[in-house]
Amino acid sequence: MVGRPAANVIVLIAALYTLLPVLWLLLAATKNTTALFGSKLFSFGQFSLWHNLAALFSQDGGVYGHWYLNSLLYAVLGAGLGSLISVSAGYAFDKYAFRGKEKAFGLVLVGVMVPQTVLALPLYLVASSVHLVNTFWAVFVPVLFNPFGVYLGRVFAAGYVPGEVLEASRMDGAGEIRTFLRVALPMLGPGFVTVFLFQLTAIWNNFFLPMVMLSNQNLYPLSLGLFTWNSQATVTPDDYPLVVTGSLLAVVPLIAAFVLLQRFWRSGITAGSVK
Amino acid sequence: MSTAVSSDAAAARPPDRTGTAAAGAHGGRRSRRARTTRRQQRTAAALLIGPFGILMALVFLVPLVYAIVLSLFTVDHHGLGFGNGHTVFTGLRSYAAVLTDPTFASGFGVIGLFLVIEVPVLVIVSLGLALLLDSGMVRLRRTAQLFLFLPHAVPGIIAALIWFYLYTPGVSPVVRALSGTGLSVDFLGIHLVLPSLVNVVLWNGLGYNMVIFYAALQAIPREVIEASVLDGASAWRTALRVKIPMVRATVVLVVMFAVIAALQLYTEPTLFNQTDALVSSRYTPNMYIYDAAFDRQNYGLSSAAAVILLVVSCVLSYAVTRWSNRGEDRK
Repeated sequence: MVGRPAANVIVLIAALYTLLPVLWLLLAATKNTTALFGSKLFSFGQFSLWHNLAALFSQDGGVYGHWYLNSLLYAVLGAGLGSLISVSAGYAFDKYAFRGKEKAFGLVLVGVMVPQTVLALPLYLVASSVHLVNTFWAVFVPVLFNPFGVYLGRVFAAGYVPGEVLEASRMDGAGEIRTFLRVALPMLGPGFVTVFLFQLTAIWNNFFLPMVMLSNQNLYPLSLGLFTWNSQATVTPDDYPLVVTGSLLAVVPLIAAFVLLQRFWRSGITAGSVK
Repeated sequence: MSTAVSSDAAAARPPDRTGTAAAGAHGGRRSRRARTTRRQQRTAAALLIGPFGILMALVFLVPLVYAIVLSLFTVDHHGLGFGNGHTVFTGLRSYAAVLTDPTFASGFGVIGLFLVIEVPVLVIVSLGLALLLDSGMVRLRRTAQLFLFLPHAVPGIIAALIWFYLYTPGVSPVVRALSGTGLSVDFLGIHLVLPSLVNVVLWNGLGYNMVIFYAALQAIPREVIEASVLDGASAWRTALRVKIPMVRATVVLVVMFAVIAALQLYTEPTLFNQTDALVSSRYTPNMYIYDAAFDRQNYGLSSAAAVILLVVSCVLSYAVTRWSNRGEDRK
């Protein structure tokens, strides 16, 4: 097999491949239009990061700030509420017996398999018939739906919450819902964070649904906002530094979340993939 | 009380009927108590699954049925476009229109070619890296994993943006460096635009899949590997003969998710479409669906295309599962 030095070199090359484009984004955000198009990345003669940041937040009446807040709202609220809904359902699928349970769970698995983008048009028409198109809710409600979270919730409930603990809580006279909230949910903590993190990423990356649902720029998430700015920049190249700097700020929260919550997504991927 | 409670934590378990039997066997107070417990549990299950169920109905089942219904109708927008159009039942006509539309077929051609390039590279590189990390020969394993995983945190649209800049002559240090060595590579030209798109998607997902493989490799019992090493097998041989066959199911999983994701390809080519004329507005099936609905206002056509895409996705993931099961049987 490849020797020890070769193995390290291969992994190093792979890490450079994954890191360098992000580093490029970081350096490019410090450049003005001229330096960007001169592709002189390492010349810091024209350090324009502060200027770019100021321009970023003042462009189009500060709409970028709106996009940032919108993305945070869609993603943090959506992932918080969505993972609570999914994990409770997964827990119930694991811990209770009721008629048609496995059939219902099969339907959940179909939900995992069906590409969600396929449903964007009918979803748009349903939203339009109840006058929700071009509102916050048109994006917020669909992103709550996370069938993979239900699957993971069931796997985690089976692994982390022993039946005896629930028994003990019932013996103490606690009701089922109280038992779930006070006993099971804290034990499901790591699983919950995993589902939350996956859903946070999915919503933060969401592009197709907002594109279908929204026309009011003030409701855009970052992904859609940056997309429209990039299309404007093809006409007015002076906007390119805005797109680049805006993209850099848009990747910061998720990268921070993944670095800080490493042990969760590692265990989560394991639980989701190794059956 | 205990009879009705499913204390077994195993996930796959047939519906529990023991409660009923036990309630009949015992008499008086105990059975009443068991019945109350069971009712409480059923209520709890309904309360906990309810919100998800409502959500599933609203954003999954209703749109799914609606898509099928829509695909069978056509809305005529005669006149000045005021008020509702005239809705006519047209049966399978939209399906015929979609299936005979060369731009729709070429979208599947693009996806097919995309997969032919992507899948082998994805599996070989991410499994290869996972094997290297698993072999214990690499230093700073956790850091390496984190770095490789990092692009997963970059949204698809931004990944496409970064790489589009890195492909564009004049902006890209890569193109500049290549031309410095006398190579002129047109990443966005007719020959390389599809591989360039594959690269964006690979960059985004490589580390994620590597972590999946790594987790599967770590789950192999160490005795199995030690036995192979004691037999005098080299590390290379152990990887090929012992480790890879044992993560076969994970390979199938990764391939299946790659196929499903490729069929949904939209974000990256849509960004390329802004400036690269070679990426048309109907480049992939999903772009076709968007184009039909929102640029051509033909909901029937768009829904028929969506239903076809849905069927293809389901058939393909079923086929991949079957193929993997057959392999299991042979073993």
